[in-house]
Order: sequence, then structure tokens, then C-alpha cells
Amino acid sequence: MGRYIIQRLIYMLITIWVIITVTFFLMHNLPGSPLKNEHKIPPEIKEAILKQYGLDQPVPVQYLQYLGNLMTGDLGASFQYNGRSVTSLIMEGFPASLQLGIQAIVFGTLFGLFLGCIAALKQGTWMDNATTVIAVLGISVPSFVMAALLSYFVGVKWGILPPGLWGSFAHSILPSLALSFLVIATISRYIRTELLEVLGQDYMKTAKAKGLSRSTTVTRHALRNALIPAVTVLGPLTVQLITGSLVVEKIFSVPGMGWMFVNSIKVNDYTAIMGVTIFYGALIVLSMFIVDLLYGMIDPRIRLADGKE
Amino acid sequence: MASSSTENLTPEMFEPVDSDVNEQEALRGTRVSFWQDVWFRFRSNKGALIGMLLILAIGVMAIVGPLMNSYSYSEQDYSATNQIFAGDHWLGTDKFGRDLWTRIWYGAGISLIIAFLAAAIDLIIGVPYGCISGYCGGKVDNWMQRIIEVLYGIPNLIMMILLLIWLDRGIFAIALAMSITGWVAMARIVRGQILKAKNQEYVLAARSLGASHGRLLLKHMFPNVLSAVIVTIMFTIPTAIFFEAFLGFIGLGIRPPQASLGVLINDGFEMLRLFPYQIFYPAAVLSLLMFSFNLVGDGLRDALDPKLRR
Amino acid sequence: MSEENLLEVRDLHVSFHTYNGEVQSVRGVDFQVKKGETLAIVGESGCGKSVTSQSIMGLIPQPPGKIRSGEILFEGRDLTRFSEKQMEKVRGKEIAMIFQDPMTSLNPTMTVGRQITEGLEKHQRLGKAEARQKAVEMLRLVGIPSPESRMNQYPHHFSGGMRQRAMIAIALACAPKLLIADEPTTALDVTIQAQILNRMNDLKKQLDTSIILITHDLGVVAETADRVAVMYAGKVVETGTVEEIFNRPRHPYTWGLMGSVPRLDLSSRETLRPIPGTPPDLLQPPQGCPFAGRCQYAMKICKTQMPETTEISGFHRTACWLEHPMSPAVTPPNEWVGGGSQ
Repeated sequence: MGRYIIQRLIYMLITIWVIITVTFFLMHNLPGSPLKNEHKIPPEIKEAILKQYGLDQPVPVQYLQYLGNLMTGDLGASFQYNGRSVTSLIMEGFPASLQLGIQAIVFGTLFGLFLGCIAALKQGTWMDNATTVIAVLGISVPSFVMAALLSYFVGVKWGILPPGLWGSFAHSILPSLALSFLVIATISRYIRTELLEVLGQDYMKTAKAKGLSRSTTVTRHALRNALIPAVTVLGPLTVQLITGSLVVEKIFSVPGMGWMFVNSIKVNDYTAIMGVTIFYGALIVLSMFIVDLLYGMIDPRIRLADGKE
Repeated sequence: MASSSTENLTPEMFEPVDSDVNEQEALRGTRVSFWQDVWFRFRSNKGALIGMLLILAIGVMAIVGPLMNSYSYSEQDYSATNQIFAGDHWLGTDKFGRDLWTRIWYGAGISLIIAFLAAAIDLIIGVPYGCISGYCGGKVDNWMQRIIEVLYGIPNLIMMILLLIWLDRGIFAIALAMSITGWVAMARIVRGQILKAKNQEYVLAARSLGASHGRLLLKHMFPNVLSAVIVTIMFTIPTAIFFEAFLGFIGLGIRPPQASLGVLINDGFEMLRLFPYQIFYPAAVLSLLMFSFNLVGDGLRDALDPKLRR
Repeated sequence: MSEENLLEVRDLHVSFHTYNGEVQSVRGVDFQVKKGETLAIVGESGCGKSVTSQSIMGLIPQPPGKIRSGEILFEGRDLTRFSEKQMEKVRGKEIAMIFQDPMTSLNPTMTVGRQITEGLEKHQRLGKAEARQKAVEMLRLVGIPSPESRMNQYPHHFSGGMRQRAMIAIALACAPKLLIADEPTTALDVTIQAQILNRMNDLKKQLDTSIILITHDLGVVAETADRVAVMYAGKVVETGTVEEIFNRPRHPYTWGLMGSVPRLDLSSRETLRPIPGTPPDLLQPPQGCPFAGRCQYAMKICKTQMPETTEISGFHRTACWLEHPMSPAVTPPNEWVGGGSQ
């Protein structure tokens, strides 16, 4: 197990390094100068700005400097906010995004679990069909369409909840809801498949042959075995939530990381794009790593070598 | 049981007859090929069938739709901007007075082309890579897997965004950005199937009979791999459609005046509070398209792998 | 029903709905199990033996399965009329079951100990500590070394034979009156098979349990059973004591079964005589005797009417037209020539 963790850790670090490097060189080989919007600036000021951002150095030197700064958590200075540090921008936007993500995951997982279990246990009935339709719709209707509809109808037209901006919990309901559709769809589909698979296993017959009631066999024997592999969807789900947050935050004008990222893309704020890209990349790679470890910890079959003989 | 008729028994009923073993083992019913069987199962799935018809309908409209009225996708008319209905603008106009009907079908076409192109690139790189890695095994496989493992760790989303900031955003560039890491998933699936098939008894049997490498791959392994590839492609396409729309929405879509569904939704979103109809049409077409592809994908998966069918 | 019969199955019909139509897996099965005896049900795959045993336990998935008619009398109570709640009190407590594949019939994510104690907690209302103690005792009884530490392990730590012994411990934990063993040794190595069978026989005597042993292995039957029921195409074609079935079989199918087993005491080159052909399709079961198509003694009547069950002696019964007075005299294959007169 220890060896496995170290091996995964090394892969994770390599992947993150590749992401950093690719991001850096792509951003530094962009056609046109990063300061092209400001060509009316007098040359000496431009030079001063270049110097301030370290852009007067040769690219390899800049790369090493960037890597060095990264180690200390410094992602450089943003162009669009006149030299504010990208790290502080990220830290400012991250809490809102995290709150949305957690709310969406908690609500989506609970509701998705519920739907998936119902679909599997009542297989072939109208309830199963209804959850299947919900799941396919959740996967098919993109989160930004869902978000735009929610914002327009619930927010603007009926005025039940704030259609945008950030502040109270009420502001977070609609964006989390828009994000959670995908979570619901993914989780319910996965649980349904896994649970059906488990219900057909021989050991379920053994459990029934012991005289356990249906509810006991399901909760004690089936659910546990179905939930263990379901942990693995949490990795891809993180990616989906990040993807979703970019558009959902834009639609609801939530001042989170996604919104800031989309703005940076719009105004070609290269340091900010680089910083957020690397942050996202590390976040995704890290969550995959954690899911891997988690899976190994809760599945006794993988727990093999933990010396609990 | 037979007791009521016991009295009617006659001696000649007890004459011996020949056993008819062959008759019992004879094949009954008509023989159905694998693909006929798949088609039969697919056809009996109403959702999948509806999905297929919808895809065909949208595909046809993407070609024919823009030609149905006299406007082109880029023609601006400042005298008729943001009109819900304006004469022969069937779905109204946008903020530049461009005809929405034409733009939506044109955009749907672009979205479809990008998605199919992305799927094709996945196929061209992923399938051979997976085949070679799985079939050769050993050292070759080991090295190819190391590469895959690192690439697989790099989030698709990140690569797409970076590349599209970098590249000139045309149809091919967008498709390329989506498949730059997308093919890895395909390669992994193909490799897995090849490895599975390699250890199957019928392949061992063929090998022991002296079948060549090419023949083994083509005749014995590929048919199995094909099912997995088809199903993967059927889910790659809606994912690509989604990502194209997503990229369009965050401002990394195809360059104006060209349009795709994502770009149209983004344009519509800017007008959401005042003219909600502008986001409604492209959003509906996009959702319908994704919905149909998912239905067809589900149907195909069930039809191709009866074991998964419950 | 007689006093000594623990279980009596009468005219049981079970069928399954499939895409192609209704498969009649069990078509009128009768047999009894007495207290403390082992009844072996033998037959080819698909003859309905597993379906019969699962019907007794109420484990037939409904739908697609359905018990169409018949009675399953356990201590005089008809189990087919029991509600699910009533059946829960029978399963594990009065009738227990062991399945074929010990690799898949234990829950991989639950400790072996817990899998034994949960039945005890349910049926004997034992507390956690008591149930644990009892489970350790059961593991020791089935011959698992250092049972205390084995309790906390997961099934993947156990070998195949140990898993099947753990299954036996689970099944016998609540001292059931009847144990159904569905091919308990088929998935195991030959050397382990004997261990498991001996263990089952010992425990049967210790706990005074009756056993229904489902198998297609005649060697296992000879070693462990008291009586045998031979099933073919959803019907019992012959029943009798082990002695009667092995030494004086009357049904051509039983002759065929016996002829398919290698025998060391016969040196002729013809020792192995497989039965030609395959069993009938139970989607459209034949009108007459299901074996008629493969039977070298078949007569016209065999194709049109199902033979009645004839009593040969005490427990020995067979369903074959050859027993009818009008049928021609038939000589059974070599090794049973004159067998009837032994």
C-alpha cells in the first residue's frame, strides 16, 4: 500500500509539472505581445512594465523564475487588475466557488443516491423509467442552459430567488441547483447500474437465505458493495463541477474563480489565465489522487496489504 | 395425469420405435447474424429509435435549413435588430439583425462537424495506439502506458482552454483542441478490450492453429473491440458537442461571423433579460441534440452488449 | 403426510417467463425428506434440480419465476402459501442453504464473522458478544484453525475450501432442521471435495440435520446419500435408496447416467457409454416421456403419453412405460443383466 501511494504521488507530481510547463510555454509563445492592448503607452513606461512583470528576461529564465515563485505560492501579478497578485485573486474567488461546489455535491449526491436506489430497487417500473429520464435529461441539458433557464424564470420572471450576484445564502441556491443537476444525473445513473449488478450477485442470495429481510439485505449487504465503486465518480465529478462553475458563475455573476477565469480569458490576462489553469489542474489531479486513496481505504479487497492479518 | 386414458391402451402402442436423437439436436429457427441481432434489439428500444430520427432530422435541417430562406448567416440588417417575428425572419433576428433561423441551423451544422471531426481524430489516434499497446504487450505496452498515464492525468478542460487561447479558432482547431487528450480515453478502452480478447480461449485456439498476427487482430479481436469503440464514439460525440458549446459560451468559440450553437447561446445570453427568445432556440436545439445522442448511445450499448441488459 | 417426513414436495410446477416464452423448469416433482436422512437429487444441468431447491427456500425471483402449482410441506406447513415475512423466519433458522460457488456467495466487504453472527442475532436473538462466541464455535466446528482471528478477516483471505466451510458454518449456525446443499463441491478441488463432504456428514450426525444434496456427481451421491431422486427435464423419473438406484436401477435414463460414469470394476472397452442427444427444450416440453427421444427402448406410447409412477418396492419408484404389463420385456445394458433378480 505504501509503495502504491508513493507511486501515485510521483505520477501526480509529474502530471502537475507537465501542466505547469505546457501552460507556461503556450502562454509565452502567444502570437502578439501580452501588452498589445496598451500600445499607446510610451516605450519607456512599457519597458518599466515589462521589467515589473519580469518579461524582459529570456524565456528559460522566466520559466525557472516562475517555477521558483510557484514553490512559494506566488503566481505572479495580474495584468487586468494593475499588478494585484494572482494568488490573492484566486484566494478571493475560491471561497464562493467552493461553497457552490460543496452545496451542489451534497445536494446532488443525496438526491442522486435516492433516485438511483429507487430506480434499481423498482427496476422496470414507472419510477425506474422516470429516474432514467431525469438522468438522461440531466446529462443532456448543459448546465449553462439549465442555469440560464433558472435565472430567467425563477429569478427574473417569478422573482422567487435572486437571479444573480452574491451575498446571502439565498444567492447561492440557484447556482448550486444549476450545478447539481449534473451531479444528480451522474450519481443516480452510476448507483443504479452498480446496485443492479450487486443485487444479482450470489452473496445477496446467501444473505436472503439467512432469513434477513429485504430491507436488511439491501442496506447491509447491497448498498455497501454498490457505494464503494461509486466513490470513483467523485474524481470526474470534480472536473464537471469546475467546468460547470465557469459558466454558472458567469450566468449568475457570482464573483468566484470561474467568473474571474472567464473574464481573464476575455481580456487576455495571461498571468491570471496561467495561475488559474495551474490551480485548476492541480485541484483536479489532487482530487483524482484522493479518490484513489479513498477507494483503496474503504474497499477491503484492495486493503489487502495493510498488515491487519 | 395419464391415468384417465390408461384403459384405452392397446398393445400396438407398445411397439418399439427408433430414437430420434438427431431431430432433437437439429437447429430450430432461422439463423440470425450478430449485427441483425443488434439491429433487432436496437429497434425494439423506442427511446433510441426516436433519438436516431431526431439526429437525422437535425442533421438534414443543418444542411437544408440555411437554404430555406433568402438570408445568409452573416448578413446584417440594422433596420431589423432584435425582432421576434419580422416578416420572413421565421425565428426573428439578433442584435445585428441577422436571421436566427439561418444562423441556428448553420450553427448546428458547425457544432455537428466539430463533434464528428473530434470523434474521428480520437478514432484515428486512439484505436491504433490502443491496438498496438494491447497486442504487443511487454516492454512496448509498458512504455506506451506510462505516456498514457501522464496524459490521462492532464485534465481535458485545461488543455482545451489553453489551446484555444493559443490557436486561431476555426473548425479544425476546435476539434483538435478537444481530441488532443480525448484520444487517450479511446486508446485505454481499445487496449483493455484487446487484452481481454487476447486471453479468450477462441483467440488462443486460433493462435494455436497458426493464424497470423494480422489475421488474429482483424478477424478475431477487432469484432469485439468494434462494439466498445462504437459505444465510446456514441458518447464522445455528445461530449464534444457539449464542450464546443461550453467553449463558445465562455468566449472561446468559433470566430464571428461564423456561429456554432455555443456561440449562439452566448449571444442569446447577453440579451436574456430583454429578448429571452434568442437563447431559447439554440439552447433547445443543443439540448435536443445531446439528448438524442445519449439515447442512441444508451440504446447501442444495450444492443451491443446483451449481458449488460437487465 | 407421515410423521417421519420432514419435508414433502407434491406435484410442484415452476416456470419462468423469458423473451421467448414460458420455460417450464419444474413439471410436477414429488419427493420426501425424512428426519436425519440425506436425499440426493441428481440429474444433468438444466433438469430443474436447482430450481426445485430454490423453490423450497422461496428464493425463486418472482417475476420472472412463478410457482404455478403444488405444495411444499415442511413439518406439515405449506411453504408455498407463506408470506415473505413468514418465510424469513423459516430461512436460515429451519431450512438453510449452501451454494455452489464459495468464491461469489460470501459478501466480499463484510468480515466472515459478521456474516455468521447476523443470522444468529436475527433468529436466536443473541447479543453481540454471545453471537460472536457462537460464531467462533461454529468456525471451529467446521474445522477452521484459529477461528478467533479468522472471524475478523474478509472472504478474500480464505481459500476456496475454507470459504465453503465458512458457508457451512453460516448455514448451520442456527441449527436448521434441513440443509439444502446445491452442488456444494462442484467448484472445489477434488481433494477439498472429500473434506467438505466428510465435514457435512459429521455435522449432520452431530446436529441431526436432514440434507438435500443437489449434484450431478454420482460419486458424491454414493458416498453421502441415503436416498436418491433422479430428475430429468423437470420431472423425477426414479427414486429409491442409494442401494436400489445403484444396484437395481429401473429407468433407462438412470441406466444411461450410470453408464456415463467411469467404472473400475468393469474392464470391457465399453465401460463408458454416454447418453446420445440432449435434453428437450423446456419451452415446448414433449407431450409424452421427455426421455423418449434419447431412449433406445422407446415405444410409440412414450411419445404421446407421460408414464405413470410405478412403485417397485417400499421407496423405489419409477416413471417409465417399460413397467407396464403390456410392454415388451427389455434387457438392460450388460452390468445390470439379471440385476433385477439380485
